[in-house]
Amino acid sequence: MSSPFLEAVSLSCERDWRLLFEKLDLSLLPGQMLQVAGPNGSGKTSLLRLLAGLMQPTAGEVRLSGRPLREQRAELARNLLWIGHAAGIKGLLTAEENLAWLCALHRPASREAIWQALAAVGLRGFEDVPCHTLSAGQQRRVALARLYLEAPPLWILDEPFTALDRHGVAQLEAHLSAHCTGGGMVVLTTHHSLTERPAGYHELDLGQRAA
Amino acid sequence: MNWTWFHKLGSPKWFYEIGGRWLPWFGWAAAILLLVGTVWGLAFAPQDYQQGNSFRIIYIHVPAAFLAQSIYVMLAAAGLVGLVWKMKLADVALQQAAPIGAWMSFIALLTGAVWGKPTWGAWWVWDARLTSMLILLFLYFGIIALGQAISNRDSAAKACAVLAIVGVVNIPIIKYSVEWWNTLHQPATFKITEKPAMPAEMWLPLLVMVLGFYCFFAAVLIMRMRLEVLRREARASWAKAEVRALVEKHA
Amino acid sequence: MSNVFALLFRREARLLCRRPAELANPLVFFAIVIALFPLAVGPESQLLQSISPGLVWVAALLAVLLSLDGLFRSDFEDGSLEQWVVSPHPLALLVLAKVLAHWVFSGLALVLLAPLLGLMLGLPASTLPVLLLSLLLGTPVLSLLGAVGAALTVGLKRGGLLLALLILPLYIPVLILGSGALQAALQGLPAAGHLLWLASLTALSVTLTPFAIAAGLTISVGE
Repeated sequence: MSSPFLEAVSLSCERDWRLLFEKLDLSLLPGQMLQVAGPNGSGKTSLLRLLAGLMQPTAGEVRLSGRPLREQRAELARNLLWIGHAAGIKGLLTAEENLAWLCALHRPASREAIWQALAAVGLRGFEDVPCHTLSAGQQRRVALARLYLEAPPLWILDEPFTALDRHGVAQLEAHLSAHCTGGGMVVLTTHHSLTERPAGYHELDLGQRAA
Repeated sequence: MNWTWFHKLGSPKWFYEIGGRWLPWFGWAAAILLLVGTVWGLAFAPQDYQQGNSFRIIYIHVPAAFLAQSIYVMLAAAGLVGLVWKMKLADVALQQAAPIGAWMSFIALLTGAVWGKPTWGAWWVWDARLTSMLILLFLYFGIIALGQAISNRDSAAKACAVLAIVGVVNIPIIKYSVEWWNTLHQPATFKITEKPAMPAEMWLPLLVMVLGFYCFFAAVLIMRMRLEVLRREARASWAKAEVRALVEKHA
Repeated sequence: MSNVFALLFRREARLLCRRPAELANPLVFFAIVIALFPLAVGPESQLLQSISPGLVWVAALLAVLLSLDGLFRSDFEDGSLEQWVVSPHPLALLVLAKVLAHWVFSGLALVLLAPLLGLMLGLPASTLPVLLLSLLLGTPVLSLLGAVGAALTVGLKRGGLLLALLILPLYIPVLILGSGALQAALQGLPAAGHLLWLASLTALSVTLTPFAIAAGLTISVGE
């Protein structure tokens, strides 16, 4: 059997002398969605940052296609779309400028594609408005518009549903599910339970592990 | 090439044990060398023909200055090992050695000032060596302050390592520019450290003192590192057993 | 690759231009510090002229340092740095573009303002080319070295004072060479030696510091 696309082996994370989790194993195959759950401070964000290679684990390792992550930086960068709690949106730039830059970091997108993505998240007409004039939910939508552009297979999203209205939540759930059905992978944290789950859905509860 | 020894070196438990075995050796060597060097240098070495007895402060000043510079290089080396091979012990060494280095530069500055009074007639002269030493002290302060400011200890160690490496690249540039500045601004009047060869009766005790200072540094560093290792490994069973044994011994 | 460099440069330039007040602050600071000295030591033109090389340079150094405190802060807070770290492009290249943009908009303005302040301190017009050139070569070094400190302290709540503590000792060679060049020019001596040394420091810092800045940012982001 081939090795999973992304896996964590005996992962431990310690922050400021506090052990968040230890000996954590997980694996992710194409088509799967992993929801990381748990109470505040249980290390959800830290786990996501470890998987995205932004943080180094205290012990254990993260592997990409069976090889340690630090040897696979370029490979990971090509396949990963990371949207953190702060999504890298500049208030002084317009929605279009923000997206153009974020896409250029990975693969440049045309102006039409960006406008289409913005329309898909319901921001038609806001393309050239500076982002600091948008509401929190609208800013989140700007960041999430990246998911509607030509996107890499692995999505790691930290609290993507924050500040979205009910319609936006439903739309995003459907989009994530469709991405997994199409062979993509999603790792996300969220406090609400997903109503639309793809076939490869599973959940990891960090709170239960600790208990 | 077998690298297992290198990785073993990184194991905290191994270091704690081996360090405990080495500690008395370094401690005694430091005590004996410092005692011999001090008595020899202060009582038996001949007087300087120009400076009389006041030159004897070099037996403290020079070893401290030597050590202050070597410790900074050691910091950078430890930082490099910590960054490249992710060896935790190197992080411990870096952070534990920095305050010792700062104290050594402080001692060098203090003795330099005391020495300056009879030699130049002033407590402080903007001499190239003293100025470089002052800058070195500031560099140490920077590393210590950065290490204290970052709460996550792994990040703190890595940040200090980067700073130490940047600093060590800069030190030669700083040193030469300061020397150049010095020759531009005050024509060389009287240089103590660049005299024609010292007689053996004078430099032998100095050598003993330098060795004594290095042993002293090794002993203090091992002591500090063992304590830090124990603190970091507080969750490991061997560390718990060790602490229990220590408490019982002193109870 | 170089495409991303140009894009980031343009983006940073756009960001800086949309907040012009922040660009002006270091310049005003520079001018005020210089204006303080005649008030403190007295207005005798002879004295002012003799201390002006050091004065201009110390003021420029502090102004650059002040402007660097927030260099990466907003990028850190809004998550832009995370995006840089997970991108396939070398982080060292991205930070070089960022620092270069910052220098073009704040450092270069400082360089252009300096001759005016130099004249006010009584520097003869013949020394102004040396002043310009020395600042032109020296301020990029100040920006790059300062960016290392800014990268290491970006995650800290109050990094400003710490940044000064970390970086000011490293500024000493630039200070010595820059003010030395000006002093030489003031005494009618050739300043080419100083300027060449400054140029080599510039070359050295352009090649080496981006890696240190990138390492510092990776550490700060990974905290």
